[in-house]
Amino acid sequence: MGRFVAAIDTWMRNAALGVQEYFVLGQRAVRFVAARPFYAADVVVQMDRIGVGSIPIILLTGLFTGMVLALQSSVELGRFGAEIYLGNLVGASMVRELGPVLSALMVAGRASSGIAAELGSMRVTEQIDAMESMGTDPIKKLVTPRLLAGITMLPLLTIVADTIGIIGGLVIAVFRVDLPADIYLRGVWQTFASSGYAFGFFPRDFISGLLKPVVFGAIIALTGAYYGLNATGGTEGVGMATTRAVVTASIMILGTDYFLTQLLLVVLPPPGL
Amino acid sequence: MSAVRGPLPEIRRELEEPNRPTPRGDCSKPVVIELDDVWLSFDRPVLRGVNLVVHEGETVVVLGESGSGKSTILKLIMRLLVPDRGRVCVFGRDIVGLDFEDALEIRKHIGMVFQYAALFDSLTVYENVAYPLRENTDLSEEAIYPVVRERLEFVNLDPDRVMSQLPGELSGGMRKRVGIARAIATNPDIILYDEPTAGLDPLAVDAIVDLTRKLQRELGVTSIVVTHDIRAGFRVADRVDLLREGRIVFEGTPEQMIAADDPYIRAFLG
Repeated sequence: MGRFVAAIDTWMRNAALGVQEYFVLGQRAVRFVAARPFYAADVVVQMDRIGVGSIPIILLTGLFTGMVLALQSSVELGRFGAEIYLGNLVGASMVRELGPVLSALMVAGRASSGIAAELGSMRVTEQIDAMESMGTDPIKKLVTPRLLAGITMLPLLTIVADTIGIIGGLVIAVFRVDLPADIYLRGVWQTFASSGYAFGFFPRDFISGLLKPVVFGAIIALTGAYYGLNATGGTEGVGMATTRAVVTASIMILGTDYFLTQLLLVVLPPPGL
Repeated sequence: MSAVRGPLPEIRRELEEPNRPTPRGDCSKPVVIELDDVWLSFDRPVLRGVNLVVHEGETVVVLGESGSGKSTILKLIMRLLVPDRGRVCVFGRDIVGLDFEDALEIRKHIGMVFQYAALFDSLTVYENVAYPLRENTDLSEEAIYPVVRERLEFVNLDPDRVMSQLPGELSGGMRKRVGIARAIATNPDIILYDEPTAGLDPLAVDAIVDLTRKLQRELGVTSIVVTHDIRAGFRVADRVDLLREGRIVFEGTPEQMIAADDPYIRAFLG
């Protein structure tokens, strides 16, 4: 019994230490954004890898999500003769939740694992020690550019996913449900208009749909970097770091999504609430 | 002495080589590196009260079995690790209490040659050697280029041939030499070598040893060489420290070590 309690105690201490280290890493990575030297070229390279490199999977994910959403919804809406609301449903679902969350999960699978594998390999082959030995802060050189790339590229990828998802829904609406394109698109816009406007002109759904990806982008970059920088024990350690990065980033994205939604409902309440 | 077996006679012959540097362990020169009663543990004790003094221009070789804590000493001097207890002084300054940014400043005066070179595998040889110059100096790219060429020539590599190659395209010995070129790129005052001959064939070992001597002779840098390669270590050492289970159990010249009667030293020397 005593050994069991001691094991739980050790586990909880390590978990608390891990959380602390994670936030210290994040705090230092953010602090270096405004500190010289600026690694602008590294930021561009990471934007290309995380952002441009993810476009194909985002296009496919967005397209098929929009299509299947429209397909499933058309069946249920058809029971009540309400197919004209297909655009409202697809638009709201894609922009509020599916676009940001699915994009983040796909990029987490691709980029978080890539960051963990790259930094983990550098750690176990002493490249990070070499970097430190030459007077370079590895967080400034390796983590900050990835963080900047994550928080700038994920909102853009989300816009791509939202757009292509709505287009996927349009394809199903027109060719499967026989719903005129203008009615579908009017429904999409009505959803955004009815969600209310922030600052008088910006649809509230857009704010919520673009704020979440900024946070998700930070989670993807920091989680990959955290596990990569803490990799130990050769190639096996790098493999474990990669797996843990993807699992942790995915869970954090889903958990954070709930709390952000809750927060946005308070900060930017939709009309009527 | 005739009863001595193993490689000792060969080592003794190597010590008598005319090219071997004259021991320069001159205590009148300023102390550049000092470890004072340093203790460090991870899952188990690694260093247990280590004392080490290195004077300017001296080459100290730290010998010891695998896992005896040799490489840990280098990481402490680089302040990649912090001891549990004791002082680590570089240029007379205790680096244990330094914050991260100040530690980076100290590191700019130290070049380190890693066990497996630790070259950045996504960068070319040129970019690897240019890295510390780009990071730590205000030199323009036009000024960096001839420095990189010169450093590669110093380590007996053909710049025209290797500069555009990636580390993965080089042999182990060539990688190690590029690692040395990178370590000396900024003319550091101290060079730390972590197992510089590990995993190399005998000819490549000779090349690295010759290179280490050349650095002593021509640049006069202060060096610490961590190795378990006794022959290579003796060929470059002004002074030898033998580490056993986290403690220094011998300190002296290679000749004194060979003459020592301690059973562990005799067993270690083979």
